[in-house]
Amino acid sequence: MPSLLFWFFSLLMLIGGIAVVAFKNPVSCALSMVASFVGLAGLFIGLNAYFTGIIQILVYAGAIMVLFLFIIMLLDLKVETGRKPKLGAVAAGFVLVIAFAIQLIGVLSSSPDKELPKLDLAAGAAHYQDLSPKIANTLSVDQKLPDVHIIGQTLFTGYNLPLQILGVLLLVATVGVVVLSKRQTN
Amino acid sequence: MATLHQYLLVSGLLFAIGLAGVVLRRNIIIVFMCLELMLSAANLTLIAFSRFNLTSYGLPDPNSQMLVFFVITVAAAEVAVGLAIIVALYRARQTIHTDDLTSMRG
Repeated sequence: MPSLLFWFFSLLMLIGGIAVVAFKNPVSCALSMVASFVGLAGLFIGLNAYFTGIIQILVYAGAIMVLFLFIIMLLDLKVETGRKPKLGAVAAGFVLVIAFAIQLIGVLSSSPDKELPKLDLAAGAAHYQDLSPKIANTLSVDQKLPDVHIIGQTLFTGYNLPLQILGVLLLVATVGVVVLSKRQTN
Repeated sequence: MATLHQYLLVSGLLFAIGLAGVVLRRNIIIVFMCLELMLSAANLTLIAFSRFNLTSYGLPDPNSQMLVFFVITVAAAEVAVGLAIIVALYRARQTIHTDDLTSMRG
């Protein structure tokens, strides 16, 4: 990923994140969170994780954000916007960020850096020759990274049980949400 | 080309911003959004490590992308349940301001 695009998407992501914390109006917060997640998805796609980038936009910027906006508008939170933030909490937040950033820079400066390695599509094609000829074909003939195919292949061979447990979790969450939001009548 | 450290720095800063939001905001919906930011920052770290530490056959490691996939799915379930709890809370107390929710204070 060229440096210019990296910095563009990183700044979009970080400014969106700061705006989530800084804005008073919850609707503005939700929309700046969309901007933040779009920047994050750009970074994912720059890291050759195309599937994850698209999922990030579809799930976070699409589904979760609509849910947030729906709840914000359902609760009609105009009264909440007039409050002053507490000085102690603001100071604690700033100290936390600065301490975290200093620690991060300390750790990063004492560990070795790494340049972006080049993908070896021919070796990947040789590896997937037996596992999945279709992936190997895309890698060797089209010279492209079939990200979705590789993730699907890994998901349904190596992570079959976790996937089914995840399905049960989503079912439990759905039932739980219905039970929680049903108006209690007795 | 961006290096691994730059990706880790950016994702660490996003995590720190989310953490600050959890500490200093008092609106419970915004606290929830900041939690999502922190989860996404962790996802960015995972994807960066997946791309920078290639597998022995020269492709990005699919296992860390699996972890990100599961994190995103669980986060979606968590948001659904959390927002339902917030709606139930608002019905019971008519507020979502954390300063007003002190009934469990010792």
